Amino acid sequence: MSVTLPLPDRTISEVADLLASREASARELTDACLARIERDAERLNTFLATDADAARAAADGADAALAHGDLAGRPLLGIPYALKDIFVTRALDDGGRPIDGGLPTTAGSRILEGYRSPYASDAEDRLREAGAILLGKTNCDEFAMGSSNENSAYGPVRNPWDESTVPGGSSGGSSAAVASGQAYFALGTDTGGSIRQPAALTGTVGLKPTYGRVSRYGMVAFASSLDQAGPLTRSVRDAALVLGVLAGHDPRDSTSVEEPVPDYAAALTGDVKGLRLGVPREYFVAGMEPGVETAVRAAIDVLRQLGAQVVDVSLPSTDRGLATYYIIAPAEASANLARYDGVRYGASAGEDELWANYTRTRGEGFGPEVKRRIMLGTYALSAGYYEAYYVKAQQVRTLIKAEFDEVLATVDAIVAPTSPNVAFPIGAKVDDPLAMYLNDACTLPVNIAGLPGISVPCGLSDGKPVGLQVIGRAFDEATVLRVADAYERAAGFADLRPPTATA
Amino acid sequence: MADITRADVEHVADLARLHLTDEELDRMQTQLSRILEAIETLRDVDTSQVGPTASVIQLENVMREDVVRPGISRDAALANAPLRDDPFLRVPTVLEEGR
Repeated sequence: MSVTLPLPDRTISEVADLLASREASARELTDACLARIERDAERLNTFLATDADAARAAADGADAALAHGDLAGRPLLGIPYALKDIFVTRALDDGGRPIDGGLPTTAGSRILEGYRSPYASDAEDRLREAGAILLGKTNCDEFAMGSSNENSAYGPVRNPWDESTVPGGSSGGSSAAVASGQAYFALGTDTGGSIRQPAALTGTVGLKPTYGRVSRYGMVAFASSLDQAGPLTRSVRDAALVLGVLAGHDPRDSTSVEEPVPDYAAALTGDVKGLRLGVPREYFVAGMEPGVETAVRAAIDVLRQLGAQVVDVSLPSTDRGLATYYIIAPAEASANLARYDGVRYGASAGEDELWANYTRTRGEGFGPEVKRRIMLGTYALSAGYYEAYYVKAQQVRTLIKAEFDEVLATVDAIVAPTSPNVAFPIGAKVDDPLAMYLNDACTLPVNIAGLPGISVPCGLSDGKPVGLQVIGRAFDEATVLRVADAYERAAGFADLRPPTATA
Repeated sequence: MADITRADVEHVADLARLHLTDEELDRMQTQLSRILEAIETLRDVDTSQVGPTASVIQLENVMREDVVRPGISRDAALANAPLRDDPFLRVPTVLEEGR
C-alpha cells in the first residue's frame, strides 16, 4: 500500500480509512487537492471551473457527518472529486438566478461559454448523495470529440508525466487531474475510448461501463448510442467503489437498464485461477509501438502466472471498427448538435435573420473537429448516401457485436492493449485527423458493441505509461474489475505516479 | 464517391446550418475526401444477410405513468436565452423572401 505517498496522491480506499479512523479530515483532503490545483492546474490546464469555497464548505459538512458517525449509504463521504465539463452541474435556482457555488458547463466549447445549467446531471446528484465533494469541472475535447484534449476551445491539457505531451482525450483534464493529485477521482465519458485512452496515457485506471449501466441524464450528448459515463481513479478498487455509486436505473434516461447492481468490491478477490482470458490477435496491429506491445504481453504473462488460462482468440472485423465508428458517431453527433441554434441557450451571432443567425452562430461557435464531424455525419445521413454509409455502418456494427458475443461465450474476458501508443507530443497529430482517429482503434470496437472495458496501468515505455485493457460481457463489470484488480495487485505498478506528484 | 466536390461540401454545410469560410471549405473538401476514402473500405464487407444495429440494448416502448411532476421552472429555462421577451424566447426574423 502506498502509505508513503503524499496525501493527495493516495487512493480513495486509503484516505477513506483515514477518514473513518479520524486520522484525516475531509477538510484536510480537500485542502490537499486544492493546494495541488493551486500549484498545477493553470500550468496543466486541467480545470475549466473550480469553486474552492464551495468545496471547503462541503468538506466541513462531511466532517460534521463523520463526527456523528453518520456514514450510512454514503460510501464516498468526504472524498473530493472532479467532473468532466461534459456533465451539467446545477447553477441556477428556480427564479433563474445564479446559485452560490454553482459551476458553469461548457463541454469544452465556445458555443456554451457562460452556460449555467438549470438542472443537475444524474452523476452530480448521485455523487452528492454519496457524500463526495465536487472540486470543479475538468477540461476536455470540445463535445468530447478527440483523443488528445487539443480540441478544447480552452486550450490543450498537459500530461503530468511529460508536460510537452498530451494526456489523451477526450477526458484529458480528468485523467491529468487524477494523475497529478488534484482530485481523488474524476468522471469522464467514453464514446470511442475517451475514458480508457486518457487513463492509459496518464497511468491511471479508467472504466467504461456497459452501455445502459450508468445514466446519461445531464451528459452533454455526443453519440447517444455509444456514450457512457465512468470513473478515472488511481486503483481498480476505487473504480469499483465509484461505479457502485453511479450504476443503476434512472427513469430520466430511458436507455439506462433495470439490471441489479452487484457489490463490485466483493468481486475483487485477487484470484483469477481458472478464468479464461482471450487475447485477440487483431489488437496487436502494425503501427503499434514496440514498447507498448512488450508491456502488454508482459502483463498478460502476469495474469497467466496468476493461474488464468490465456487463449488466443480472433475478432476478425476489428479493422472495420474505425470506419464503422466514424460513420455512426458523427451521424449521431450531427443530429445531437443541431440543438445549438443560438436561440434557447449558448452563443448567438446576433444576426437579424434566423437562417443567417443559425449558420453564423454555429460557424463561429464550433471548433474545427466538431465542424468536421458535423459535416461527416450530415453527409452520411444525406439523401443518396444514407444507405451506402449509415445503414452499412449499422450492419457492420451487428457483425462486430456478434464477433464479441461469440468470443465472450468461450472466454470470461478479453485482454488487449488500450492504446497502440504512449502519450505523444502536443501538436504532433493536429493536422492529420485520420492519424488522430487511430488512437482509438483498440477502444472504439468496445463502444460499438456496448461492452464494459477498463484500462489499468501496466508499466512504462520510454518513461511514459502504458495501459492494459480488459473487456467483458455486457453487465459483467464484476469480472472486468476482478481481472484488472488481480493484475494490479500482482504487477507492482499501483504506486506509479508522475513527477508532479511529490509534495 | 470519395471525390467530394466543392459543391458537395457547400451543400452539406448548408444542410448542417454551418457557415464555413472559403478557407474552411477548401480544407473540409480535402479532409472529408481522405476520411471518406478510409470509411469506404466498409463496402468490401458482405452484409447482404446482416440486419442493422441502431442500439446494443433491446428496449422498446419504455413507459411511465403520465403524472405531473416538478420540472425546470420557466425562469430557469429562459435564463440562458440570448434574446428573451419574458415570458417568451425571442427569435430573429423567421420569414424571408426566397426561403
